[in-house]
Amino acid sequence: MDYEKLINCMRCGMCLPHCPTYRETFLETASPRGRVALVRKFQEGELSVSDRFLEYLSLCLDCQACASACPCGVNAGELVAEFRCEKKDGEGLSFMEDLVLRRLVPHPDRLESSMVPMRLYQRSGLQRVVRKLGILKMFPAPLERMEGLLPQLPGKPLRRTLQEVTPAKGEERGTVGFFLGCVMSLIFSEASFATVQLLSALGYRVVTPKEQKCCGAPNMLAADRQGLEAAARFNTELFAGYELASIVTDCGGCGAELKKYGHHLHGDPAALEFSGKVRDISQLLDANAERLAPLLKPMDIAVTYHDPCHIAHCQGIRQEPRRLMQLIPGLDYREMNEADACCGSAGTYNIERPEMSDKVLGRKVANIRKTGARYLVTGNPGCLLQLKKALAEGNEPVRVIHLTELLLWSMNGTAPAP
Amino acid sequence: MDQSFLKELAAIAGAEHTLTDRESLAVYGYDSTPELESRPGAVVLPATTGEVARIMALCHGAGVAVTPRGSGTNLSGGSISFSGGVVLQTSRLNRILEIDEENLTATVETGVITSTLHKEVEARGLFYPPDPGSMNISTMGGNVAENSGGLRGLKYGVTSDYVMGLSTVLPDGDLLKSGGKAVKNVAGYNLNDLLVSSEGTLGIFTEVMVRLIPKPVAKKTMLVHFPELEQAALTVSRIIAARIIPATLEFLDRVTIRCVEDYARVGLPLDVEAVLLIEVDGHPAVVEEDAAAIRAICEKHRCSFFQTAGSNDEALKLATARRVALSALARFKPTTILEDATVPRSCIAPMVKFIQETAKKYGLLIGTFGHAGDGNLHPTCLTDERNRDEIARAHAAFEEIFDAAIAMGGTITGEHGVGVAKKKYLPKLVGESGLKVMRGIKSAFDPKGILNPGKVI
Ligand SMILES: Cc1cc2nc3c(=O)[nH]c(=O)nc-3n(C[C@H](O)[C@H](O)[C@H](O)COP(=O)(O)OP(=O)(O)OC[C@H]3O[C@@H](n4cnc5c(N)ncnc54)[C@H](O)[C@@H]3O)c2cc1C
Repeated sequence: MDYEKLINCMRCGMCLPHCPTYRETFLETASPRGRVALVRKFQEGELSVSDRFLEYLSLCLDCQACASACPCGVNAGELVAEFRCEKKDGEGLSFMEDLVLRRLVPHPDRLESSMVPMRLYQRSGLQRVVRKLGILKMFPAPLERMEGLLPQLPGKPLRRTLQEVTPAKGEERGTVGFFLGCVMSLIFSEASFATVQLLSALGYRVVTPKEQKCCGAPNMLAADRQGLEAAARFNTELFAGYELASIVTDCGGCGAELKKYGHHLHGDPAALEFSGKVRDISQLLDANAERLAPLLKPMDIAVTYHDPCHIAHCQGIRQEPRRLMQLIPGLDYREMNEADACCGSAGTYNIERPEMSDKVLGRKVANIRKTGARYLVTGNPGCLLQLKKALAEGNEPVRVIHLTELLLWSMNGTAPAP
Repeated sequence: MDQSFLKELAAIAGAEHTLTDRESLAVYGYDSTPELESRPGAVVLPATTGEVARIMALCHGAGVAVTPRGSGTNLSGGSISFSGGVVLQTSRLNRILEIDEENLTATVETGVITSTLHKEVEARGLFYPPDPGSMNISTMGGNVAENSGGLRGLKYGVTSDYVMGLSTVLPDGDLLKSGGKAVKNVAGYNLNDLLVSSEGTLGIFTEVMVRLIPKPVAKKTMLVHFPELEQAALTVSRIIAARIIPATLEFLDRVTIRCVEDYARVGLPLDVEAVLLIEVDGHPAVVEEDAAAIRAICEKHRCSFFQTAGSNDEALKLATARRVALSALARFKPTTILEDATVPRSCIAPMVKFIQETAKKYGLLIGTFGHAGDGNLHPTCLTDERNRDEIARAHAAFEEIFDAAIAMGGTITGEHGVGVAKKKYLPKLVGESGLKVMRGIKSAFDPKGILNPGKVI
């Protein structure tokens, strides 16, 4: 932990109004300024790491809204995450973590098979029975929450069905690599398929290397440096095998992690080059806005946009998605209040800290509903999962979609099914 | 702290809102003031005026000191409890009680964030002008207690110009209501004015009623570059001498410009000595006329570039960049010691020059920015608290700067308050008789001395 970074915080409090947990509690311990102070006081020997100390730090969503807000350049969220990582480092992985992070996540085949029972569970109608009878209420709360988040799964993960090379439509303008996120492939395959179709329509030949592995974000979350570095090295080498102008992802979380490979591998030139090529899909599409615009057909719907933390705060991308949506003729774009505030999903936070997650989500939902828009657009699978569930409820459901789905609808002139 | 006392405290605000754990106390020991820190004995977050009154009565009975706190962003150590007492945070008193469009007043609880009030009234075509740099987090109670100014102070004045009424819990728990909706009111002493800028030493404000004005119809934001520092400072005095009162007339020197641009990326020039951020507002025709006159004055003083914001968004970006100047300066060095020396407007140029010379004399890096139109400058020393020698030099330099400010007919603090940080300079400014009256006022309000002891006097 870099002490210099800690003492750079001048305690001006500019981060406080941007921190979702401070807004809910008004507690200094639940603010970025307070968390930096806690870690600093530990380093200075004034505080020790107790359960309560860790409890305070773990209330952080790591949404990094504080980093965007900080004029002194302190990233409180990252400092806290790093600190928790260091504290955990010595402990090794728990049995479950080892199972998931070492034996499951790095192996796409196994990961996909693990979803088979889930799919069966939904298809067989068992899910309906379980939900109706409230059987899960008898199990620990986290299980029930996890089950509740699961939307209807697609027939097959996209990684299985997509060819490695999707040719460009019309004149070819270059080759891009597609980094297909695990959750996108498994759960939101339709959105990722839309991504590929858009790229192809714009004249890109799209290469989706089949062996690619999880970006490593779950390892980072569990303080598993070894797993993280292995993932970074593997993907860097894999993509280096192709001639690519850029590497595109439609998963905000993956994008943020991929852009840090250079840092994760301590400045390794190949990793730096890889990271330098990574683009969120909205960046690449926005750069092609002039050629995209004539392809879009009018849509008569009201839409609002939620900035995923991993896109707005971690990658600094805010205007691109907004500009793209407004390319669609007739579309009624409505900006919501606090659009770049976390939705409370935050990796596994919604399962680990359900109470705070629900408060943060509640505020988000209220802001979305206030716009009156019937479509919410976003760009990260965690937010899609969290918000789909929350917004399906009530008598005025709001449909939650990925940016690329919206753009593809407009391109194909397919009116969205209600 | 005594266990039975803490139990009673928790019974009033709820255990969830009464903090005594090590970690909480450790992070309630600071505010935005550099170099100052001290742990309280407990922290309490009441939600109603009634709870505040009961807490004060309890502490009064037990002889426990209480330090009010809004968001802890003041720069003079005012919200730090140095006696191990109770810190009372007002954030949960956060309701906007009334916006009276007929009488043009707003009544809010004091934990309301300043910019939240701005948004609410502006949505109704009304305007609450005080806009401290910290307005997105500072509380209305903190603004009243410090009599905060802001970027629009030149034309619109400071917080005290808008306070019409206050509900104040006195140290013994009694409630004092002062002022009200009547625009004219001369019944008895003017308690509102006495309470504004009392820095939490006379009572705890729980509600404040402020005056609103119609929102200006038009505004124009300009950014002007100056290759010569003194010319920029002279321009400030000349604009005012030409009988033009812009809403905003802010000054940033080279060091500040670099730090702000590094954070905000709004296209500030890195090769000039100073910039002025100027905003005029009001009737569209007057705005145009003033802007043209200002441009002529700037050109006469050899500005190298004159930019007018093309859109509201662009204007907002420029103003925001200025608002974060202080925090942005902290990018350079771990510690920023900022001062608040204020001089009559005509003395801006000699003051800026004096600050630069003093910085050189003591071998310090000092960035200066501030509400130049108000003569209110914030010379900010960029240093490292671990470098004791440099810190000592910084304090010596500021002592000279204060003396110069007073000699020019100015003051040691324009808006940040005395707190503990400026306490030792107060006698210089107000004299023995001033101190005597202030002590008398303090003991009339707080004979037991339990409210924010050790501050101001
Ligand atoms: C980056 C930055 C920019 C700033 N810019 C400006 C500026 O432009 N102009 C300006 O004037 N100041 C400025 N400040 C200083 C500070 O933000 C103001 O003094 C502000 O009013 C403090 O509000 P707060 O809610 O944080 O109060 P706190 O810091 O919590 O408290 C300030 C004082 O008020 C007392 N107090 C708080 N609430 C109450 C209450 N309800 N009743 C009685 N006493 C109370 C406290 O005891 C303390 O003495 C700036 C500070 C920062 C960090």
